Amino acid sequence: MSNETKPQQQWCVVENCTEIAEKIFRLSFKFPQLAAAVQPGQFVNIRVSETEEPLLRRPFSVSRVEGDLIEIMLQIVGSGTRILSEKKSGELLDVLGPLGQPFHLQAEFDTALIVAGGLGVAPFPLLTAALMKIGKHVETFAGFRSAQQECTEHLENIHLATDDGSRGFHGTVVKLIEDYLEKKSTAKYKVFACGPTKMLMALTELGKRKSICCELSLEGQMACGVGICQGCPVELIDEEKKYALVCKDGPTFLSTEINLREAN
Amino acid sequence: MAAVKTSFKIRGVEFANRVFVASGTFGYGDEMPSLVDVNRLGGIMTKSLSWKPRDGNPPRRIAETTSGMLNSIGLANIGVHAFIANKLPALRRTSTKIIANIAASSIQEYCDVLSLLEQQEGIAGYEINISCPNVKEGGLNFGTDPKMTAAIASSLRKLTDRPLIIKLTPNVTHISEFARAVESEGADAVSVINTLIGMAIDVKTRKPKLSTVTGGLSGPAIKPIALAKVYEVAKAVKIPIFGIGGIADVEDAIEFLLAGATAVQVGTMNFVDPAASTKIVNGMERYAIDQHMIDVQQLVGALEADIKFSVLQSWL
Repeated sequence: MSNETKPQQQWCVVENCTEIAEKIFRLSFKFPQLAAAVQPGQFVNIRVSETEEPLLRRPFSVSRVEGDLIEIMLQIVGSGTRILSEKKSGELLDVLGPLGQPFHLQAEFDTALIVAGGLGVAPFPLLTAALMKIGKHVETFAGFRSAQQECTEHLENIHLATDDGSRGFHGTVVKLIEDYLEKKSTAKYKVFACGPTKMLMALTELGKRKSICCELSLEGQMACGVGICQGCPVELIDEEKKYALVCKDGPTFLSTEINLREAN
Repeated sequence: MAAVKTSFKIRGVEFANRVFVASGTFGYGDEMPSLVDVNRLGGIMTKSLSWKPRDGNPPRRIAETTSGMLNSIGLANIGVHAFIANKLPALRRTSTKIIANIAASSIQEYCDVLSLLEQQEGIAGYEINISCPNVKEGGLNFGTDPKMTAAIASSLRKLTDRPLIIKLTPNVTHISEFARAVESEGADAVSVINTLIGMAIDVKTRKPKLSTVTGGLSGPAIKPIALAKVYEVAKAVKIPIFGIGGIADVEDAIEFLLAGATAVQVGTMNFVDPAASTKIVNGMERYAIDQHMIDVQQLVGALEADIKFSVLQSWL
């Protein structure tokens, strides 16, 4: 385990909540200890309401850090995210973090290929900043259903794809990166990806075919976020231990260590 | 501030207060130290321990429901040997009492796990899970058969002089019948209740939200049911009751004491607010002081009710 920073629970003052694309919001809040400790790929678990409805916390990748401020991205998909999207500056949020294992940046590569599907872009502004700081080249492949959902701020060298062709390449982000890899290059790549399971499965195949290391950030249905409820298993390829937990052992995993299934 | 007695005893073992954390909602007691001061708790019910490690069920294992959650973890645990080797040494250094929760698929396995733990120091007592709804063999079958329930209590009683607590399932017609059965076999206490069998469906895919279709419902949604079960059991037995089911704050906890529970266990709320249980420890003491009590025990079963109108009477 590379991350030894213990999670903390804190009331945080909301700084800002802005709609940046269709039903997609950028929410920032003050959490100095987290801002100082968080690493790319880690997440926070946020209590949406002080009442018992909705009951469970909601996990979000840390998207950016600016000074004492933590920024997350959220998309309205249900009652919890709707309540969060309506938070106003000055309101308090019960936040637990930093949680999970970060992306591994020290592996042997010179060019990072970031692949994001939809709100899977969330962890990548923070990762991009960290990669640039250590002198890696970054190419970003971002796919959205249509131009209305595009949210690609603070990313580098963006290759855009939309399902409906309303902007960028008309098709999947996987096809986009496959085309990119056709070009002759001496670069040593590593893929960092986050998005729908189907996309991650396709990238796993691509990684195998092209012998490129892929590190994936997974989503999981979880309650506690710290490894206690055991609610978020992901199947391991290793036969000794059947499951790892998305919250504690992940959310980042190498594509070669897990067995992704559509139902995840 | 006047001192109020918060401690109580079961089979000679003294617990500092009446607030515990429920099995499966606090890991093995060592995961939460940065988020909650475990030494403030009356005790920790460990994650269910079986003889061999269990992988648990495939995803999805949890689904949120109205003010509650469904789970189908399937008793994923590291097994009793790894617990003794890797978890217990650190737990011994805490001042809180450790109750080992045991799950098994045969009476022999219950006996084997308990016998092994019996040789270890640092275990204050046992809570026997005869009522997990999420494993196919054993589990619920034990807990829904009064004869099997009695047989487990009887077999384990012979093996230990430590407090023996049997955790009962609400998924039966009369839970008090099971409480009576284990009381007569020498159990020291009962935990009431384990999760209720529940289900949720995704209408878009028409698939169940859990891989096992049904699972165990917990959280504030089940509190009124749990309270009625505690009330029913309290009328039927003299042994202490650990009240469990949707306890979120001190008022919830006191409701359980008034209904007849000697102590409470905080469960699902540990996931929502890691400090929920210690807040209840503080709140319960403050409540007792405000009520000019000398001992929290005065709350146990102190419900003021006109018993003539209780529908329970027809059952008992």
